[in-house]
Amino acid sequence: MSAAEQVPSAIHSGNRLYRERKRTNFILLVISGVAIGFGLFWLVWILGTLLYEGGHALARATLYYQMTPPPGADGGLANAIAGSLVMVAAGTLIGTPVGILAGTYLAEYGRHGWLAGATRFLNDVLLSAPSIVIGLFVYSVYVAKVKHFSAWAGALALAMIVVPVVVRTTDDMLKLVPNTLREAAMALGCPVWKMITSITYKAARVGILTGVLLAVARISGETAPLLFTALNNQFWSTNMNAPMANLPVVIFQFAMSPYEDWHRLAWGGAALITLAVLVLNILARALFRKSD
Amino acid sequence: MSEIQGRQRVRPAPWKDTAFEWLTRFFALLVFSLLVGILLSLVAGSGPTLQKYGLSFIWSGAWDPVKEDFGALIPIYGTLMTSLIAMLIGVPVSFGIALFLTELSPPWLKRPLGTAIELLAAIPSIIYGMWGLFVLAPLLQTYVQPLLISAFGDVPLAGALFEGPPLGIGMLTAGLILSIMVIPFIAAVMRDVFEIVPPMLKESAYGLGATTWEVVWRVVLPYTKVGVIGGIMLGLGRALGETMAVTFVIGNAHRLSASLMAPGNSIASALANEFTEAVGDVYYSALIELGLILFLITTVVLGLSKLLLMRLVRGEGTRT
Repeated sequence: MSAAEQVPSAIHSGNRLYRERKRTNFILLVISGVAIGFGLFWLVWILGTLLYEGGHALARATLYYQMTPPPGADGGLANAIAGSLVMVAAGTLIGTPVGILAGTYLAEYGRHGWLAGATRFLNDVLLSAPSIVIGLFVYSVYVAKVKHFSAWAGALALAMIVVPVVVRTTDDMLKLVPNTLREAAMALGCPVWKMITSITYKAARVGILTGVLLAVARISGETAPLLFTALNNQFWSTNMNAPMANLPVVIFQFAMSPYEDWHRLAWGGAALITLAVLVLNILARALFRKSD
Repeated sequence: MSEIQGRQRVRPAPWKDTAFEWLTRFFALLVFSLLVGILLSLVAGSGPTLQKYGLSFIWSGAWDPVKEDFGALIPIYGTLMTSLIAMLIGVPVSFGIALFLTELSPPWLKRPLGTAIELLAAIPSIIYGMWGLFVLAPLLQTYVQPLLISAFGDVPLAGALFEGPPLGIGMLTAGLILSIMVIPFIAAVMRDVFEIVPPMLKESAYGLGATTWEVVWRVVLPYTKVGVIGGIMLGLGRALGETMAVTFVIGNAHRLSASLMAPGNSIASALANEFTEAVGDVYYSALIELGLILFLITTVVLGLSKLLLMRLVRGEGTRT
């Protein structure tokens, strides 16, 4: 039939509409490939810069045992590294139990109650709330009352960032525990508290641990909440009631300064933090995947 | 679950049960009251400026610590403008990434690529800031900004956006860095919601001869639009509150300027720079009120995002 020859099949390569659709498809898919390249490009570039600029600083042993120097002098970041470790540890120790217990309530007791629903909602908002506002909060309820900056205030601010992360993961992970496990425990006459602490916690252990690791990774690099709480300290200090040096704030101060050797130390600190954070992240992922 | 808990228990619960339940309830209440507590403390802290200016604080462009005259217009403008730039770049790129990860990527590449994009979110914001200041800003200053100025500087209306000398730092640089920072958040949500689209729907469209793009644009996107908007709002909430990355590159100038090349200030960076140096009650309270404004904006945006995402999850399965 001649009519059929004049109107080629819809997917025939001679069909103009079909060609156009194919072309649009091709172009947009290429753009999508470019988009993922765009994302990876920055990751590689940033990590590359860090390794290049911070590599020298990381390789020098003085970075790890000398104090932060005044401009023009040689020094390291020992007090800042120690301060960061102390405050991150304290923040995690305060925030984790709070987060786990609150998450337990959400998943085990109040699955359908108003408190659990509302808390879950507010917790998710808190999870992405600007960390500088948390710094402001700790400043006005603690620092302004005791009238001095302190490492405790810094740890408290960090703990407030840990809490929502741990609540969220604990809630999610406990909800994944099959109900049959709970029923089996109850059938054996196990009290609820014992069922939760020795059955469901155990089943969700790896997931909760992953959440804690991710929270530690997140607070290790947090700067904004420490600015008005822990402040900074040029010297070695183990007094939790006094300002304490910490890597992020030292990096901020050194990088914004006009001094070349401070810049070098800042790059060293930046590379150190990023390495720690990435290792923690990858560790958490590997741990979680193994348990799958 | 309540079924197991046994509402019609024959024996009274052992005291440890009650104690444990109340212990967890106490901490849930604590988390519940945190957000409210933050709000109350910020309102209390901004008392002096609330009394002095009332609502006019929001649209006053003044910022004079010496005469103690303050207004929030410039930081609010900076926050909104940098976030807008971040969204304009970040949303299409995130969509492309999600599309690639869900439809195009070979299965063995999905996980490494997804992880790599997520690692972008793990890099602390101070690193972005420092990198932006030392690496990106000089490059923009030398290569990109002169180009933009010569290309668009003379265009009527839009030209005002690209006026002035290329400084490297400023709104544009801050927005660009923010866009890199929000991409992983938006892309992750988009990828997750794209994956809940029932395969049947997509296969039907493919079966009718639709191209990959047509399936994504006409089937996947309409099905997931609520979740996609939720993801965009999540990214927006992050961008609005981002502090350190912006503080490094925005230039910290309390000046209102239409040009994207000009240095400005955002709420978060004003806080980071000035809070510890502020003297006098009014100055303090002006800064705390800035924090309050930021907190309100981000809470509304993030709350909306959460509601939209919840709606999508609830609707899942009811539509086929």
